[in-house]
Amino acid sequence: MSDSIDIINAFALLTNFVILPALSYGSQLALGALAVTLVYSILRFSNFAQGDSMAFGTMLVILISGYMISKGWTITGFPTAILAIPLALVGMSIYLLLMDRLVYRHYRGIKIKQSIVGITASIGVMFITGGIVRFFLGASAQRFGDGERFIFSVREFKAFTGLQQGIALKTSQFLTITLAILLVAFLFYFLQKTKTGKAMRAYSDNKELALLSGIDPDKVVRITWLLVALFTTIAGTLYGLDKGFAPQQYHLLLLPIFASVIVGGIGSPIGAIAGAFLVAFSEIFLTYAYKKFLIYLLPLSMHPNSLVQLIGTEYKYAISFVILIIVLLIKPTGLFKGKVIVDE
Amino acid sequence: MAYLEGKNLVASYGVVPILHECSVEVEKGELAVIVGPNGAGKSTVMRVLLGMLEATEGSVTLDGKDISMLSTQDRIAQGLAFVPQTKNVFPSMTVEENLQMGGFIREDDISKTIEEVYELFPILYEKRKQLAEELSGGQRQQVAFGRAMMTRPSVMLLDEPTAGVSPIVMDEIFSNILDVRNAGMAVLMVEQNAQQALNIADKGFVLVSGRNEHTGTGKELIEDREVRKKFLGG
Repeated sequence: MSDSIDIINAFALLTNFVILPALSYGSQLALGALAVTLVYSILRFSNFAQGDSMAFGTMLVILISGYMISKGWTITGFPTAILAIPLALVGMSIYLLLMDRLVYRHYRGIKIKQSIVGITASIGVMFITGGIVRFFLGASAQRFGDGERFIFSVREFKAFTGLQQGIALKTSQFLTITLAILLVAFLFYFLQKTKTGKAMRAYSDNKELALLSGIDPDKVVRITWLLVALFTTIAGTLYGLDKGFAPQQYHLLLLPIFASVIVGGIGSPIGAIAGAFLVAFSEIFLTYAYKKFLIYLLPLSMHPNSLVQLIGTEYKYAISFVILIIVLLIKPTGLFKGKVIVDE
Repeated sequence: MAYLEGKNLVASYGVVPILHECSVEVEKGELAVIVGPNGAGKSTVMRVLLGMLEATEGSVTLDGKDISMLSTQDRIAQGLAFVPQTKNVFPSMTVEENLQMGGFIREDDISKTIEEVYELFPILYEKRKQLAEELSGGQRQQVAFGRAMMTRPSVMLLDEPTAGVSPIVMDEIFSNILDVRNAGMAVLMVEQNAQQALNIADKGFVLVSGRNEHTGTGKELIEDREVRKKFLGG
């Protein structure tokens, strides 16, 4: 290891171990947070089943892609899971619409505080969904990403640039960032430009007036669940490709996702995305061990002996909560002007 | 039979009775005003006419057809339009999007109707890209009117259109309402400013405790001694 100051290698290191992972984790959180935002804006409750729904969507992808692999239907370079997404999406949509029909619709009909009743109902759906996933796939962790693991590996990067410190771009990271950009662009186009998207915004803005304008509430709710299915399935699959699939892990994802939504401003799609990246970068920046990074940057005499890790990774969920508490204390509406949860 | 007619309406919120055999009606090209003290059930009449509250007795007819069983949306599709007193715009949408949402149920080209609204309220054309929440009270009221006109309704129901606006804006709104009436629509409004409203009304209904207390032309009611004493302050 060199004993001089080496900024380029230091940042290559940081890119590989912090920035790229945080970008892809942030994108996965953002997609999940957008699903929560959609449900909140239209149905007026915080969907506690989001994490487990992502596990459900991923489960469908795992089952379908397993079948596809056994039949030899694969694409070179990319995981078969990508091919399985469209079919899994159909399954996820049916599941969410069914849950709406069986559970949420009933409570919508009762004119009581949706924010409380909806949350309670969604906690029930959360347990059911998590149970179904464990029933089919078990509770243990598994990997389902086949195909090439890297777009370019550390070795290829080093050979290409001649740097001592390599950067690898995992296929899952590449897919995550690309798909997240496409989905977010689609969502914003849909909400801003299409008649149905505008109707959804109108419904979220002023429900009574939307009804008076002839907007069909059942259709708005249906479209919402379809969008939620899209974001949930893809977010879950990308997270699983990146970090492996474990039902408990998905269940716990609810915490950083809720933190993202609230930090960004409840009900604001842009806020959800910004919040997701804030949470992701904070988590990874604060739990990364900076020893090697500092060795690159500091003269030999100042090289650290410890790991220089601010917080142990086992505390990463605490970071979401700390950010959440700080934002709620200082700016309860979130970074982007969001709603403050009130009952109507 | 009048164009829009609510006959012998009985309605309640839960167990609290609000309307007792109350009747209102309005013809096309006519402005009818419902006045009365607070809690008389004025806004409730409007909610019943729109199907937002179910009447336990009585009927609502439009152009001779019974629409009592139709949903609010279906009544809107039949030609009713409503401007609520508060929350009558989509605040985080632009003026133009508000108008587009007003014409949501129309399958045909709505751009001409949007032009007509801009002609009636030129300030809205200037502010068409602005969010409704950024407008002044009077302008927001115009957006609310414009939104309701997007379905090209035959009946316009207005719930206290001048509540909380300055006298100048009030005159402006009343003149807008007369324009709407002169365009051939039936206009039925609930109004707190009874004196001014009856001045321009073709027909007035004085409601007390959910019952018709007085009915007549605007002029008759203003000249009626009892009505003056009780409701117009002398």
